[in-house]
Amino acid sequence: MMGIDVDVIFKIAGVGMAIALLHTVLEQMGKKEFAQWITLIGFIYILFMVASVISSLFQKIKDVFLFQR
Amino acid sequence: MLQIVGIGLIATFLVMLLKEQKSSVAFLLTVFVGCAIFLFLIDQISAILHMLQKIASDTNINMVYFETILKIIGIAYIAEFASQISKDAGQGAIASKIELGGKILILAMAIPILTAIIETVIGLIPSSRG
Repeated sequence: MMGIDVDVIFKIAGVGMAIALLHTVLEQMGKKEFAQWITLIGFIYILFMVASVISSLFQKIKDVFLFQR
Repeated sequence: MLQIVGIGLIATFLVMLLKEQKSSVAFLLTVFVGCAIFLFLIDQISAILHMLQKIASDTNINMVYFETILKIIGIAYIAEFASQISKDAGQGAIASKIELGGKILILAMAIPILTAIIETVIGLIPSSRG
């Protein structure tokens, strides 16, 4: 469990930094809307990763705390 | 334990790093680390709860009460988790609403227990009608 999390944390941070960098670089180059797209796609990718972890967390909580009706 | 501290510290450094450029990604990172740490702990928690369940079933207490207590603990934890995260993101209003919801749900779940207690208390009092 712990090994995976460390990788994912670094991946999220890396993608975040990459988006920020790309955004500024592309704006310098003048392609503003392309930069917006890149930022959006990267953000959605991170959101997907975090959402999958949250869903597994809630599933585990349901199992442990006997939430089933 | 060391893993939790390590993950927490790494995450705080990364969030500091990401705060200036992309605060939204930093927020997502805090949410992720919160979930990861709890996922790591949930195995120990389930072991503790199994032990408690065994004790409760041995002393043949009515299992409904024990289950509602477990659910209340679960609701309390999730509400606190979500309200802390939204407070961290700067949304104090949403955080207080989540806490309000948690409290009301816990109260709603505690109704059977409360009624049982009140009935037993009333039963104890030697009422004049009896």
